Amino acid sequence: MPPLLEVTNLSTEFRTGLGTVPAVDGISYTVDRGETVAIVGESGSGKTASALALLRLIPDPPGRISGGRVLFNGRDLLRLSDAEMREVRGGDIGMVFQEPMTSLNPVLTIGRQITETLEQHRGADRITAHHRAIELLGLVGIADPLRRLKQYPHQLSGGMRQRIMIAIAIACDPKLIIADEPTTALDVTIQAQILELMKSLTRRLDAALIVITHNLGVVARYANRVNVMYAGRIVESGPAQAVYHHPGHPYTMALLRSVPRLDRPRQARLDPIAGQPPDLTRLDGGCAFRPRCRFAVEACARRRPAMAPTRAAGHFAACLRSDEIAVATEVAV
Amino acid sequence: MNAVATANTDRPPLLEVRGLRMHFPITEGVLIGRKLGEVKAVDGVDFAIRRGETLGLVGESGCGKTTTGRCILRLERPTAGEVRFNGVDILALEGRELLALRRRIQVIFQDPYSSLNPRMKVGEIIAEPIRVHGIERDAARRARRVGELLSVCGLDPKFADRYPHEMSGGQRQRVGIARALALEPEFIVCDEAVSALDVSIQAQIINLLEGLREQFNLTYLFIAHDLSVVRHLCQRVAVMYLGRIVELAASDELFDNPLHPYTQALLAAVPVPDPEVEGRRGFRPLAGEVPSPINPPPGCVFHPRCPMAVADCQRTRPELREIRPGHWVACSQVDPPAWREAFAQSSVGRKDGKIPVVSS
Ligand SMILES: Nc1ncnc2c1ncn2[C@@H]1O[C@H](COP(=O)(O)OP(=O)(O)OP(=O)(O)O)[C@@H](O)[C@H]1O
Ligand SMILES: [Mg+2]
Repeated sequence: MPPLLEVTNLSTEFRTGLGTVPAVDGISYTVDRGETVAIVGESGSGKTASALALLRLIPDPPGRISGGRVLFNGRDLLRLSDAEMREVRGGDIGMVFQEPMTSLNPVLTIGRQITETLEQHRGADRITAHHRAIELLGLVGIADPLRRLKQYPHQLSGGMRQRIMIAIAIACDPKLIIADEPTTALDVTIQAQILELMKSLTRRLDAALIVITHNLGVVARYANRVNVMYAGRIVESGPAQAVYHHPGHPYTMALLRSVPRLDRPRQARLDPIAGQPPDLTRLDGGCAFRPRCRFAVEACARRRPAMAPTRAAGHFAACLRSDEIAVATEVAV
Repeated sequence: MNAVATANTDRPPLLEVRGLRMHFPITEGVLIGRKLGEVKAVDGVDFAIRRGETLGLVGESGCGKTTTGRCILRLERPTAGEVRFNGVDILALEGRELLALRRRIQVIFQDPYSSLNPRMKVGEIIAEPIRVHGIERDAARRARRVGELLSVCGLDPKFADRYPHEMSGGQRQRVGIARALALEPEFIVCDEAVSALDVSIQAQIINLLEGLREQFNLTYLFIAHDLSVVRHLCQRVAVMYLGRIVELAASDELFDNPLHPYTQALLAAVPVPDPEVEGRRGFRPLAGEVPSPINPPPGCVFHPRCPMAVADCQRTRPELREIRPGHWVACSQVDPPAWREAFAQSSVGRKDGKIPVVSS
């Protein structure tokens, strides 16, 4: 069976006063039915831009999808008409963003926002939509749904608003949910509630989930597979276990080493990644991580390495010295 | 109550907070200002910090961490309680004495961008406190001092000529730290000082803070919601919930052996960056949300969400008790083990029930 989603060479750029920013630079990945795939990376690495590009929500200008193909359920989303694309967004693909306050409409009641989605995408009548809205609030764990449906977003807590966003995202039984930093603005215990809720709902609906996060712990707890982004590219991808235990890219390895761990007593000083993430307007032809990389050699300046298989099945890394690094980590562990 | 008792017997702690309360009135009407109620942001907090130590203050948003820090910085006038710095009650200080205190206690904020004046060059930002306090009147020598501070914080002295918006988040945080160090303080309140930074940059700043602590014998109150960072950086940790400290212990003790049900839930909620460990962990998230500090629940403020609550928890507010040496918990369901009695009988035990700090 072909994957549910197949992204090939997707690119997006932004024209800014300081030059063109290649925010997403030829990324490719797949998502199978029902699986959870994480996209992890630091600020500015292109995580959000890559998700917006697949949904064709890149603001133009200044942005533009500059190439690629996005096959979803057999159709290329980049070739759909605007009307067809609107049908997909909120229909077969549900979306959850970081700040529900900005994605929810402040002047419409919660109830109206949910029923609107149902009317638009599923042609439901008002009564049916209302009953389904009550059911949806139950699914996302909101008590007293009749009262909540009459309220406005500002009357709810951050965690509650995120539950509403999830209710809207799942309203039309999507095959795929894209969640961009769905819990970053929330407190730790609420974060855990929301993530557990998303996990149980995606299972129940047999929906696939793309979760975008900078939190390496969230990836470890929830993702089957992970794509690591750096400077607009996916530099490593594979099953979460393989990527965490045998990283094939020096960036992934350095990232994992630089975080303090809750489950281990303090050892020594942390081992940070030196330097800063690159300015995307000034990338040269070499590997973008090279200036911060402890394994960099002269050849790394000549070209940006392509993704290549590592020793584990389904595990790829974009590094010339991937094999040597895999050996180095094994020695270190 | 003797929750402050982590202090060493022969030397007073550098900072001592006792019975701290900060209740903000909620008023209606601009002119009449009828009082409708109050937000109990901090509601009876006790702790002490020894010189050279880093105490972590953790908890979810609105639990009173920042307000506690602001009371210590004299940015807020507490409703009740004492804050002693080197044995002196700082809440009573005014004028010159207060100015002198401000030199010794500094702060590093979360958002380096909003805490730095965008129209001032980095050099001016760092020199300002030195000038205001009249420490170095000679401009050339002041500039040299700024250069030194920048290099101590890992920045090229040339950055003095830049504006904050020309720098990255990590670089701006280094400027904020350099400014805090300008007056050679003894004590720094770090309020979410690394929270806004990316993982790779966060590690750089954490190492910088640790290095400075050793180099200048600094003492930190480290306010943060990221528990992994706190475990790494702090010798002792206090967990707050709804304006109160619910648990306080040495860092490893707290993380390896949390006793308060809230601390346990908080730690379980944090995912660890290791799929194998996570696969084994299995947990159930805490239900419900943090109640409003306007009308906190009676008795133990945590009882509505607590999996261990019994009927009495709705009535009696649990005090912090020392369950093991240096390990304080405010929960009636945690039993002090038998050793405590044995300890009290022994010659090491003290009559007042205080236990000298054994571990830290
Ligand atoms: N509207 C825009 N105009 C100009 N540049 C943009 C715009 N949106 C994004 N960019 C640039 O594209 C790059 C990728 O940004 P993106 O928001 O995708 O990063 P991200 O990985 O989601 O980061 P974060 O973790 O901060 O959310 C960045 O260099 C960013 O500055
Ligand atoms: Mg983003």
